[in-house]
Amino acid sequence: MIEVKDITKSFDGRTVLHDVSATFYTGKTNLIIGQSGSGKTVLMKSLVGLLRPESGHILFDGRDLLQMSGDEVKALHREIGMLFQGSALFDSETVLGNVMFPMVMFSNMSKAEMHDRAMFCIERVNLSGAENKYPAELSGGMQKRAAIARAIALNPKYLFCDEPNSGLDPKTSILIDELLSDITHEYGITTVINTHDMNSVLGIGENIVFINKGYREWVGDKEKIFASTNRALNDFVFATDLFEEVREYILRNGRTAVGAARRDIGSPQHPESLGDIDSKAARKVSDDI
Amino acid sequence: MIIEKSIESFGRYWQFVWRVFSRPERLRVYAKRFVDEVTKLGIDSIPLVIVISIFIGAVITIQMQLNITSPLIPAYSVGLATRDIVLLEFSNSILCLILAGKVGSNIASEIGTMRVTEQIDALEIMGVNSACYLVLPKIAAFIFFMPVLVILSIATAMVGGWFVAAFTDIIPVSRYVYGLQALFQEWYVWYGLIKSLFFAYIISSVAAYWGYYVKGGALEVGKASTNAVVSSSILILLFDVILTKLLLQ
Repeated sequence: MIEVKDITKSFDGRTVLHDVSATFYTGKTNLIIGQSGSGKTVLMKSLVGLLRPESGHILFDGRDLLQMSGDEVKALHREIGMLFQGSALFDSETVLGNVMFPMVMFSNMSKAEMHDRAMFCIERVNLSGAENKYPAELSGGMQKRAAIARAIALNPKYLFCDEPNSGLDPKTSILIDELLSDITHEYGITTVINTHDMNSVLGIGENIVFINKGYREWVGDKEKIFASTNRALNDFVFATDLFEEVREYILRNGRTAVGAARRDIGSPQHPESLGDIDSKAARKVSDDI
Repeated sequence: MIIEKSIESFGRYWQFVWRVFSRPERLRVYAKRFVDEVTKLGIDSIPLVIVISIFIGAVITIQMQLNITSPLIPAYSVGLATRDIVLLEFSNSILCLILAGKVGSNIASEIGTMRVTEQIDALEIMGVNSACYLVLPKIAAFIFFMPVLVILSIATAMVGGWFVAAFTDIIPVSRYVYGLQALFQEWYVWYGLIKSLFFAYIISSVAAYWGYYVKGGALEVGKASTNAVVSSSILILLFDVILTKLLLQ
């Protein structure tokens, strides 16, 4: 579990995070959401130690990151896996080399053991056959998966993902979300995902922290988000007509109705059976939820 | 403002150097990177060094001959002057100015690209000292291989002069070769090698510094690369004066 307590961060006299507090739970996909410029990237960079807040506490299972010595931070970093927005794979290494890298640097495994572990991680992210390819030879989705494989190579306790869906098509985004969710539950990792992808929010948001203008505005999960009366959150999450219609539909009929609708849409006898939502919106709802 | 910025850069450079020279995490990994960098920065520079040195050696020989017109000055002094120019200045200072362009821009753009594509952040998050991991093998490899490049440059520059003597009639080959050996001072070779080690450090560390602190995107990587070449060239010229004063007087 990661607990953030009252952290404040400023740049050149401008406060970007104001006394933000939040809890990120073990074995759950924790999402930080917010508009561009809201401070969510600063929050994530503070969490992983790339930025240092002026005040507050960041507790990794009780250990305060901001009180740690340089060596302790290094040791903590070895318990962290991170997926960057642009994947950040090493260009000069193959996928296998990238996945093996953390093990080569920090484990005492034999070369054969490292190879086996790397191949296991590559298979786990469905990238078998691409292990000898260089990052430049991979598609965006494959690069993300390779980066996930590298992030989980040393069995991290904490997994941070910065905009994992940026630049990906909706279908690949869903695959990445599912993969992150599966890995989180499978290994009991504390996963923190920074996103403004509403598909992710509604799909894997088990614990959602909404940041608005540097303040923590709302905390909840994907179920509660529909009933939220927080205006800033609603303006952000349901910014499009499509999501607004989805919200109204769910508030009227309950979220389980969407599951039924999905099954109906899946059936060729009932191609358009979502009542008062137009068919396009219904398909989107069923795909997303 | 400029003074403030310069002081800030100076302080940040030494902080960077402090991180570069900290204890490596895995010596085996660094040793492999060292070998790779020797290939990339050193061995890959050999063709450039040979081509430039041959031509400059030939040009120096021709210019010496054209400028030494007095019958009182013996013909062999063309070879002697060529040798001393090569030993004292060309094969260390001028060669390093040229290498600052090739190696310096290579280092700055490679590390700068790693910075803007978050590869350096990825190293830090893994718990790797990115400055040490990326830069130490480059500095060590370039300093290690620089004497080889300098000696190769000296030899090929003299061969360039020999070509002029052999294929033109401006100076007999025997006089040229005699001139190369006449009044030889061994210290000049050491002087050139010592200078080149300083210059190798300047090129690799300054270029790495500019690349490491890039902020932004591709445009800034280009600017960092230019800054790396300009600042390392200026520092080479500055240290050329200082080291010459210290080592030759």
